[in-house]
Amino acid sequence: MQVDLEDLGFDGGGALLVKRALRMVPEGESVTIVGTNSDLHVHLPAWCRAEGHECQLSDARGKSSAVIRRGTTDSQRWSGSQRAGSADSLAAQAIVEHPPQRWGLAARGALVEAGSPEFHFALTDKVEVWSPDAVRIYAQASASQWDPATAVPWDAKFDLPAEVEDAVVQIMTYLIENEMAALIVPSRFIAQLHPHFRETIQVLAIQAADEARHVEVFTRRALLKRREPGLSTAGGQASLQTLVDEPDFAIAAFLLSVLGEGTFLSLLWFIERFAPDPITARVCRLAAQDEARHVAFGMSHLRAHIQAKPEVRESLANAVRERHEALRQTAGLNAEVFDALVLMAAGSWEPASIRQGQSAVAVLLEDMHASRKKRLIQLGFDPTEAEDLSSLHTRNFM
Amino acid sequence: MNQTPLLLGAVAYDPKVVTIWDGFQQYFAEGDLAFDYILYTNYERQVEAHFSGQIHVAWNSPLAWLQSERLASALDRRAEAICMRDSDRDLTSVIVARKNGPVASLSDLKDRKIAVGAKDSPQATLIPLAFLADQGLEPNKDFDVAEFDVLSGKHGDHMGGERDAARALMRNECDAACMIDSNHLLFIQEGTLPSGATHVIAQTPPYDHCNFTVLDNAPPEPIARFRELLLAMSYADPQVRRLLDLEGLKRWLPGRTEGYTQLSKAVEKFHFIDAFVSATVARCK
Repeated sequence: MQVDLEDLGFDGGGALLVKRALRMVPEGESVTIVGTNSDLHVHLPAWCRAEGHECQLSDARGKSSAVIRRGTTDSQRWSGSQRAGSADSLAAQAIVEHPPQRWGLAARGALVEAGSPEFHFALTDKVEVWSPDAVRIYAQASASQWDPATAVPWDAKFDLPAEVEDAVVQIMTYLIENEMAALIVPSRFIAQLHPHFRETIQVLAIQAADEARHVEVFTRRALLKRREPGLSTAGGQASLQTLVDEPDFAIAAFLLSVLGEGTFLSLLWFIERFAPDPITARVCRLAAQDEARHVAFGMSHLRAHIQAKPEVRESLANAVRERHEALRQTAGLNAEVFDALVLMAAGSWEPASIRQGQSAVAVLLEDMHASRKKRLIQLGFDPTEAEDLSSLHTRNFM
Repeated sequence: MNQTPLLLGAVAYDPKVVTIWDGFQQYFAEGDLAFDYILYTNYERQVEAHFSGQIHVAWNSPLAWLQSERLASALDRRAEAICMRDSDRDLTSVIVARKNGPVASLSDLKDRKIAVGAKDSPQATLIPLAFLADQGLEPNKDFDVAEFDVLSGKHGDHMGGERDAARALMRNECDAACMIDSNHLLFIQEGTLPSGATHVIAQTPPYDHCNFTVLDNAPPEPIARFRELLLAMSYADPQVRRLLDLEGLKRWLPGRTEGYTQLSKAVEKFHFIDAFVSATVARCK
């Protein structure tokens, strides 16, 4: 094989053509390179020396010609390399059960050179983290991203009685700290997941981004007519702390996504329904749509996990009981939030309205309980245990 | 593995030297060879330490090899080059000029200024200056020499002076610059020399670079094992490949000394190592 570089030198990219020619012949075989670049007779042998190829140069006036014998460096470099699964998550064996740490950050399906460094990802078991729905849920999440600046009618005119406005601010204050917990929990696990489970990382990352937007819009609504947000209680924070501190991925997903965000879904739709102004209604609707996806993913990968390891169900149930015990001495949902929800649903201080508001919140609590129970049954808990576990769920909702 | 370790001397021209020799130490340990190393700040110190028995083998620059060879000869000893990198063989140095500058060929260098690297760099100073003298251009007589004498004692290993010479060329502070052939490519790739802005106006004949040097009193068995393990290093082994990449080779080859003739003539011409050799001989006797 002969390749004519014409007047292209190594300073202009000539090495690419030489490499390409060498790839076309087996190692140990030769190619002839000719060219008229005035520095070729210097650069070609120097390049071959560094790359491990033999170079026989003949330099006639104005034209260099070299016979290059391909060395064994390429096959040596890639001996022992490994294909890191397959890019298409639906292909057979695409997602391996225990990806090696030395696959590291490589794109799934890439050929990984032997000797790549060992990483220290803590979550490397497919059964614990993978859901076949991750691809679909991520695509759906990406397509549903909304812009806080334009998705909410921030300029809408409304004027609420001062106490109703205060109630909304208190609800927003409560939502902000809960959404902050929901942002931090998946973020912690992103850094622990083996990148082989790319779609799971992507779902969690977009989940964190969703929560970032929720924190933004709830903050903006809270400060729309007030200088500062409302109250944050010790009991509420204690409940959230148990989520933030939970080190186990499955338990954290169960407590946060299935039970917590599942319960929040009912809450957000409730606020949307009884919101006294269009902005509050809108931010809660947008957040609820995102939360529904978070719940769907949590349910999906826990279902897969429980199917593969039925004994996990028991540790999830224990986690709910332990959390209940840990929070037994705390106040749970702060009275201000509860009262604010009643007042918002009532719409006025008329006793009859308050009765309606109180009744609406009672229905909300029933709805939350029923939804939790339904999801627990979907995860394979029997109805009695589901009833029991749902009733032990934190009174702080999340 | 309680035997006395084989001690190697190397010059610390770059922080990576520690990583390299730590890696080699581990590789040799796996091959059942007790090995340790001592780093020197300059080759002259290392050569003298070698002759005083502090080390068993020295990773020598070509100039340090010649210093060792001359010392051995004067002291009735024998120095041997036992191993070298594939990339140590058949290097050339080039004289580079700006493409649109006043220098298009060697004959244009008369009365011009030529930039060179460190004073003791074989590749960027001694060999090209001797080559130019052979072509009838006597340094500091037929042309001015601009020295970029960085980190003297490291024999140009760190390339700093060579790179400074290349920069001076692009700043029009000189008319040509001397460098090793592969560094002309490197300086273009890294942008020190803009692509297409320079051309090679002359190239020296090929010469060899570093080698592992031993003296006649080196312990034969560990040295033989050392050489055997070096020659067995395979680029296919990922742990070894990391070290070979750091040290800039694909495989080790047996040592040879015929590639030092050009440098030998250069140091004779410039009396470059005479003072060091005679002072060291006096101390070693």
